[in-house]
Amino acid sequence: MPIIVENLSYTYMKGSPFERAALRNINLKIDDGEYVGIIGHTGSGKSTLVQHFNGLLKPTSGRVVVNGMDTMSKNLRDLRRIVGIVFQYPEHQLFEETVYKDIAFGPLKMGLDEKETDTRVKEAISKVGLGEELLNKLPFELSGGQKRRVAIAGVLAMKPEILVLDEPIAGLDPGGRDELLGFITNLHKSMRVTVILVSHRMEDIARHTKRVIVMNRGMIEMDGKPAEVFRDVERLEEIGLSAPQITYLMRKLKAVMPEIRDDIYTVEEAKKEISKYIGHLL
Amino acid sequence: MIKDITLGQYIPGDSVLHRADPRTKMLSIVLYTAVVLTVNSYMGYTLVLLFTLLAVRISGIPFKYTLKGLKPVLFIAVFTAVINIFFTGGGTLLFQYAFIRISYEGLGATLRMIFRLSTLVIGASLLTFTTTPIRLTDGIENLMAPLKRIGVPIHEMAMMMTIALRFIPTLLEETEKIIKAQAARGADFDTGNFIKRAKSYMPVLIPLFVSAFRRADELAVAMEARCYRGGVGRTRLRQLEITRLDYGLAAVVLFFAAVIWLLEASAL
Ligand SMILES: Nc1ncnc2c1ncn2[C@@H]1O[C@H](COP(=O)(O)OP(=O)(O)OP(=O)(O)O)[C@@H](O)[C@H]1O
Ligand SMILES: [Mg+2]
Repeated sequence: MPIIVENLSYTYMKGSPFERAALRNINLKIDDGEYVGIIGHTGSGKSTLVQHFNGLLKPTSGRVVVNGMDTMSKNLRDLRRIVGIVFQYPEHQLFEETVYKDIAFGPLKMGLDEKETDTRVKEAISKVGLGEELLNKLPFELSGGQKRRVAIAGVLAMKPEILVLDEPIAGLDPGGRDELLGFITNLHKSMRVTVILVSHRMEDIARHTKRVIVMNRGMIEMDGKPAEVFRDVERLEEIGLSAPQITYLMRKLKAVMPEIRDDIYTVEEAKKEISKYIGHLL
Repeated sequence: MIKDITLGQYIPGDSVLHRADPRTKMLSIVLYTAVVLTVNSYMGYTLVLLFTLLAVRISGIPFKYTLKGLKPVLFIAVFTAVINIFFTGGGTLLFQYAFIRISYEGLGATLRMIFRLSTLVIGASLLTFTTTPIRLTDGIENLMAPLKRIGVPIHEMAMMMTIALRFIPTLLEETEKIIKAQAARGADFDTGNFIKRAKSYMPVLIPLFVSAFRRADELAVAMEARCYRGGVGRTRLRQLEITRLDYGLAAVVLFFAAVIWLLEASAL
């Protein structure tokens, strides 16, 4: 079931001299099985918005309804189970003595029995591409990237229907980045999980998501298919963003080869277009 | 919850109080405290109250925000009120019911207590509201400098204080983040009995300690990388400077103290 956001506004520290409007009148609907990217300049309200999806933040005005449940309601347990949020630097939330226990934390809190928890822990760790031999290690012994994956596994083990990732790839090496996004996309395809991905990297958004929401100063500036959003490079640049690198390359190419298409946002597409063009020349 | 603590916070501004030298402000607060603790007449109380309100007004800090800082005082106030009212023996009887006995003196002592506590907290809040932690510790270090001669490590103490103050907001922010992250994983902080609730904070405390140690480590490395090696021979980017403004401020505070003490003396 969908996420419905109606006239949502949110102000941090209301009533103090530090008061700060982070979201202004947001209207939004995200359907089941969508793969949505959220981009925006730093401080534009991306994290604030996604924290409304599971009731961690409550609207200052307006409302947020997920699966028919208003996030203002008292009972948030079901909501927290349905919406899994992976925060920026999730490795900082690890606390148990073993990797196993840390991943099992969520499922046990949900009230699952040990057997079910055990299957889920093993499933989750393999989904994030780590071996079961890590399960008995101390989380603090792992490398940064491994910790990140363990933390994400902790959220996956709760089998959320909606998975929100707030800059999951910040600080990972290129290989780790692609692998991580790869398995998230896989999860989306194989289990029909709704994925909401917040990221600063336009390349990743263009490559993986099917819808892009652009935030600017607490408001939604654009909302559409990646091709629609990235076509408007000037507008993106105006609010401190950019199109994927490859788009700029294609634009430059077009300046000297007018027949080539420049509405291209991923390297694969560019490869196809360029080889087509070369084939055409021969 | 965490956000209710206002004492110790700095609120940027450009008022006279913001611009004054921290040493002037600290010495003024010492004098102000002495006045508040000795004042003992209606006239005196009124003047202290007026003076305090005026200071808040001048600082440009919203009045409501200043009052918020009094919330913790309220608890202490109620507590002392109860003790005072019940246990001040003798005096003129005002009200009696069973073992509850309220005397004129008991009530007076309680009100005085609340008044003093509130005005002191407002005064101290004003100091931190209008002074950045760095300037505050610079001021302290400077005022305490004579103690260096007898071997008290003033610089190190001031540096520790600066760092501690600097990290309060960071740690609060971090705490909030971790609480959110664990809540998103189904952690539940407010059901069950006391022990259960205390235990439920483990998922917050452990990551918090880990990150505090990590930060301490990083800070130490960063300080060493910039050649920090204690106070000897260290110069400062921003020097403290006494200006005409400070003389003016000091004069006003001295005048206020003098007037009140003269009044008190003549009332005797
Ligand atoms: N806990 C908080 N207290 C007060 N203000 C906050 C808090 N968190 C965020 N803000 C403010 O709200 C606004 C939106 O912040 P938010 O974290 O949602 O931005 P963001 O788009 O996620 O940025 P980034 O890309 O840097 O993560 C910012 O102006 C920020 O200063
Ligand atoms: Mg963010």
